[in-house]
Amino acid sequence: MRRNQVAVVGAAETTELGVIPNMSQIQLHADAALNAIADAGLKLSDIDGFATAVETPQQMAHYLGITPTWVDGTSVGGCSFMLHVRHAAAAIEAGLCKTVLITHAESGKSMIGKQPRFTAPDSLNGQFEAPFGVYGPPSMFPIPVLRYMKTHGITHEQLAMVAVVQREWAAKNPRATMKDPITVADVLNSRMIAYPFRLLQCCLVTDGGGALILTSADRAKDFPRKPVYILGTGESVETPMVSQMKTFDSSRAFKVAGPLAFKEAGITHKDVDHLMIYDAFAHLPLYGLGDLGFMPHEETGKFIADGNTRPGGKLPLNTNGGGLSYMHSGMYGMYALQESVRQMRGIAPAQVPNAKISVCHGVGGMFAASGTIIFTNER
Amino acid sequence: MAEPARAKPKPTPETQHFWDGTKAGELRLQRCDACANIYFPPRPFCPSCASRKVSVFKASGKGKLYSYVINHRPAAPGFTPPYAIAVVELDEGPRMMSNIIDCPQTPEALELDMPLEVAFEALDDKITLPLFRPAKG
Repeated sequence: MRRNQVAVVGAAETTELGVIPNMSQIQLHADAALNAIADAGLKLSDIDGFATAVETPQQMAHYLGITPTWVDGTSVGGCSFMLHVRHAAAAIEAGLCKTVLITHAESGKSMIGKQPRFTAPDSLNGQFEAPFGVYGPPSMFPIPVLRYMKTHGITHEQLAMVAVVQREWAAKNPRATMKDPITVADVLNSRMIAYPFRLLQCCLVTDGGGALILTSADRAKDFPRKPVYILGTGESVETPMVSQMKTFDSSRAFKVAGPLAFKEAGITHKDVDHLMIYDAFAHLPLYGLGDLGFMPHEETGKFIADGNTRPGGKLPLNTNGGGLSYMHSGMYGMYALQESVRQMRGIAPAQVPNAKISVCHGVGGMFAASGTIIFTNER
Repeated sequence: MAEPARAKPKPTPETQHFWDGTKAGELRLQRCDACANIYFPPRPFCPSCASRKVSVFKASGKGKLYSYVINHRPAAPGFTPPYAIAVVELDEGPRMMSNIIDCPQTPEALELDMPLEVAFEALDDKITLPLFRPAKG
């Protein structure tokens, strides 16, 4: 895909984030969509391309009252929205549509109008994982981490520092769910969830949503907001079974998606001003730093523990507070994208001064899938 | 009211040989006749070279502890926390999820790379699960 041919011209989250007991999941989608439409200065009737995940495109298109000519229902977990951005950019460049709306929302906490997860007993997961007591992401996502720690020499204290540093970012963000400072001791004394991870190393469970609007870069200059260009993109999938990842000391999906995006963008790691790495659990930023090629995996824990990713550090990471402290409705990728767009617009609560390139890396379905989007505010 | 039971696998045509094996006290894997790749979970073709010429064979049942979590909450139906959810690397190469029995469910007792051997636990007259215990000697 060619660089900077497509731009984000509308971006918004739901009016409220956190606990939203007065809205169903589809209404949260609509709330985010209407906010993004207003942000872009558009009408819903201007939308001719539509993408969403979990909820079907037909469900949401009907609810919103739109008639798209291009549809993407890719639903590969929390990074689905990175894939939507990539697919939408390709579709706009190919002339399949002009103005794409991407929505995400989940009633993750209040569970209003949200279908419960179900693993069919005759699926591969149902036969070869469920019988051994996996029960939701906290019991599955951290399964590789002890091997990662042993292979790369990562310590429990370093993994605790991931949560500590992200809380520092969250303290600067009025919309963050958790803002009070925490220490390594607080993390290591918090309630055990699934050893080696404790409560403060696991994502929040909240309600909310977000929406993006993309159009061609040539049209983008006519919109009210500063355009945020798509500089590079990548995606891949590996396996829905965490036990069947090729290796636990790295993510194959990360190692495909990340480098693809960097190559497409034509940038090096030194060019990155701002970084988002989807952090459903505390080990993910380490996998991301290593697999995206910022440094060898052996150095990731020390890099974070030494403060390089905290406010004022040389590589600002998860500047909204992340899934650990900002919010996490179940599929966090949309919120990571929203923060990258805010940083590129220069309006983030914890704005990185003069940031020109933002890398936004997502993971989905445990390590099943991955998507990377690189944004820039310069064309 | 009956205690909630652990999730029970339901075999498909492609996986039936595996579950027939565990019921007979055998851990069965598949090997590609074309490229010799040994793989899991079951399927009637090789995921490495796409050959449909594959054979089922009885694995040694030996392996080592590759990684695990000790789950505290939420616990799956049929499990009493804390319990370890492990991934075992079989001597033949493939890895599979399982539980570790006859062993304290603690980080001290569960050492990565410790040798393990398969044990079979019948859930009912159709389904027997492959579990693992620390290898003897």
